[in-house]
Amino acid sequence: MNYRMIKYITGWLLIFEALFMAVPAITAAVYHEPEFWHFLMVMGGCVLLGGLMVLRKPASTTLYAKEGFIIVSLSWIILSLVGALPFFISGSIPNYVDALFETASGFTTTGASILTAVEPLPKCMLMWRSFTHWVGGMGVLVFIMAFVPLSGGHNLHIMKAESPGPSVSKLVPRVKTTALILYSIYLSLTFIEFVMLLMGGVSVFESLTTAFGTAGTGGFGVLNDSIASYSPYVQIVVTVFMLLFSVNFSCYYLFLLGRLKDAFNAELRSFLLIVAAAIGIITANISHMYSSLGESLRHSAFAVSSIISTTGFATEDFNLWPALSKTILVLIMFVGACAGSTGGGIKVSRIIIFIKGVGRELGSMIHPHRVKKVTVDKRPLDDDTVRSVNVYMVCFLLVFVSSIALISIEGHDLVTNFTAVTATINNIGPGLELVGPTQNFAFFSYPSKLVLIFDMLAGRLELFPMLLLFNPKTWRK
Amino acid sequence: MNIIIIGCGEVGKTLAEQLNTADNRITVVDTRSEVIEELTARVDVMGIVGNGATLSVQNEAGVKHADLLIAVTESDELNLLCCAVAGKYPRCRTIARVRSPEYSAEAVYLKNEFDITMLINPEQAAATEITRILRFPSAIKIDTFARGRVELLKFRLPEDSILAGMSVKDAAIKLKCDMLFCTVERGDEVYIAKGNFVFAGKDVISLIASPKNASEFFKKIGYKIRSVKDIMIAGCGSMTDYLCAMLRKDGISVTVIEPDLIRGEELSIRHPEVKVLNGDPTDKSLLMEAGIARMGAFAALTPHDEENILLSLFAKSACQGKTITKINRIEFDEVISRLDLDSTVYPKHITAEIIARYVRATQNSMGSNMETLYHVIKDQVEAAEFVVREASPVTNTPLCELKINPDVLIGAIIHNGQVIIPRGNDRILPGDTVIIVSKQLALHDLTDILK
Repeated sequence: MNYRMIKYITGWLLIFEALFMAVPAITAAVYHEPEFWHFLMVMGGCVLLGGLMVLRKPASTTLYAKEGFIIVSLSWIILSLVGALPFFISGSIPNYVDALFETASGFTTTGASILTAVEPLPKCMLMWRSFTHWVGGMGVLVFIMAFVPLSGGHNLHIMKAESPGPSVSKLVPRVKTTALILYSIYLSLTFIEFVMLLMGGVSVFESLTTAFGTAGTGGFGVLNDSIASYSPYVQIVVTVFMLLFSVNFSCYYLFLLGRLKDAFNAELRSFLLIVAAAIGIITANISHMYSSLGESLRHSAFAVSSIISTTGFATEDFNLWPALSKTILVLIMFVGACAGSTGGGIKVSRIIIFIKGVGRELGSMIHPHRVKKVTVDKRPLDDDTVRSVNVYMVCFLLVFVSSIALISIEGHDLVTNFTAVTATINNIGPGLELVGPTQNFAFFSYPSKLVLIFDMLAGRLELFPMLLLFNPKTWRK
Repeated sequence: MNIIIIGCGEVGKTLAEQLNTADNRITVVDTRSEVIEELTARVDVMGIVGNGATLSVQNEAGVKHADLLIAVTESDELNLLCCAVAGKYPRCRTIARVRSPEYSAEAVYLKNEFDITMLINPEQAAATEITRILRFPSAIKIDTFARGRVELLKFRLPEDSILAGMSVKDAAIKLKCDMLFCTVERGDEVYIAKGNFVFAGKDVISLIASPKNASEFFKKIGYKIRSVKDIMIAGCGSMTDYLCAMLRKDGISVTVIEPDLIRGEELSIRHPEVKVLNGDPTDKSLLMEAGIARMGAFAALTPHDEENILLSLFAKSACQGKTITKINRIEFDEVISRLDLDSTVYPKHITAEIIARYVRATQNSMGSNMETLYHVIKDQVEAAEFVVREASPVTNTPLCELKINPDVLIGAIIHNGQVIIPRGNDRILPGDTVIIVSKQLALHDLTDILK
């Protein structure tokens, strides 16, 4: 284990976190809020500590896959621990575990909140909440890699561990350039949404926070009723952008290169198909509740986009919808967005590989000597990839079931427990019943909150980094 | 520069590592996914799994915008095909590795017909290097500059040498030779030989001189200088074939030991004057019978590294001559360099070096052209030859007035065909050829030598 390198990268992480906090600090300065000093305090501490840690670059910058996983999981934990400090110090969220829950929920782009009302919070705190979504969406270490030469070729291990999806590949030969391209696409899309929201008459502050929340597919709102009180135009804009941010970003790159055929790959096609089918069924199912078909279409499209992109914004309390609609929403909670997007969930590409893998196994039961490779987009997949997808599913199930068992000790109803874990491990935000779109997570006990924090981080980092961090064998020599 | 490397064997991997500098964007192609996975995890390059000779894979690798395509797969034919396919885009220059003597004989035709920029034959290049060493067996390694007018020689100082205990300055005064000490390797440390540096026994020293002055120098420090008259070669691959042809010109008598009868016969048909023995080269009594004890040199060129090392170590104890060892695997070169093996030849290393040199030389377009580049000490010291085309901050000024980086030595200036070992008052003029030895890697232009 290259401890020096882990320390070095963690140092850069702290410095960059201070940099990120500049955004809410500026907000506080603009609105003359006293929390400005709290942010400045935390920033100063981060820069000082981080500066000391990066003072000397380690002689060996070699990182293996193991270190890549550890660095990523450790970084995200530190990021959340430090990010919670402004909430806690300023007293906006008086309990540290609550503050940690809120921050982890922000960085992991979950959007689950422990706040019963968000409007009383100072503007800078709301900005920090939303900005954590933006930072966490594309990945913090990928961001750092775009600016700091960390570890030569070994960066790929970090990128692989942080980026969602069964197989991560670079767009261009260099990791650094790849990171820059991804962030440029991310930044441009966010900016376009910001401008479109401004055109819909939303204030600058709210346009910014909503754009950040959508871009990271997070879902923290600045109003108590999320997106419901905005005009239909704004709701449609948010719907479209939630879907845009749940598409693999390399598709946009291919699109810009003019390689349309490559951009519309199997994953994107399946994703669009699932979205269309879900919207269709739910629209029909809820049409009797709304005055016009258009309105029910708008609400169902918003809910489906919000859930499948794992954002978690809401225009309507879908907890009141018929059982079929709720079931479909819960099902697409697990599907999630495309690999390589900012969304969470199991990811469409994994589902595709999983289903094709099952198909192959069934086929081999009918014809035991049949030779067949799992292919996606006419390319044969490594057996390793197929296997790791299967292992992922099993791990997902294990973490999922044990989390439900742990939080059910508290005695809430099954639907609440089930959807609370679903909504956190898939980084969505709202679930059903007590954790429905108009509710929040405040009522859970602190041990349960810690379990859910773990679920959010594990879900965002796709399980393995977190599982390895807590595996004693990783640390044995 | 956008570079595509097809084939990720030893040479492909070494190239990916060596060429991976800030200005290059590299894509590697191989049919084996596990090789690509391993390489891309270690080096910051893009990997593509597929057959590099197909247009679709080349398109995916971005051949349209590539500046250079290097085909170094195992097969000659595949390499040629890769280059021919990439020939669709005239912007992309191509380099192919071609090993078989049959194709090499038609190199000019192939180059023109497939529009290939460079054909590389590692075995032939290695054979050339061996021939050079045999002409001057006191040196471990000889690199030539300015078409052989200047040589960079590396040799190991005997423990009882008169140079031991002498400083660089004193040695220059005492020996009165027109030559320049460049680097000294002592254990794992590498030093640039400046005036006050004191030599010790067992140091490996490199120096720059004209061939005539070099032999004079070796005479003065008490080396026996006699070029090799006879050589025994173990193993008969294509490198032996090339070597026999070259040594015949020098009038050296060659004995080859080869276990495979048919291969031996083939060699004896092509080179009738070579004495070919059929037998196992690791058979000690056979070697003694063949007269290894009286040989001026022994070259171990079997396909197995372990066998070659063992044979050379034995030859070293059995005869007084020079030993040359061929090593295929590059990874263990640090361990091997610690063995007392005289000269080692890495055909794969030579290939990678030639290509890396070509890439570096094409990259600079400023006032001077890099002609040749050698790694004097792997990854630590390199020597480059620049042709000065136009005036720059380094030209027309006496060298003592230039602020030259302490890790850089100006080895020689070739002015109107005359070799000058530079002193403080000499100056570099446009039109000269300058040889630079530097500890700072990746010199691109002559002006890089300034602080």
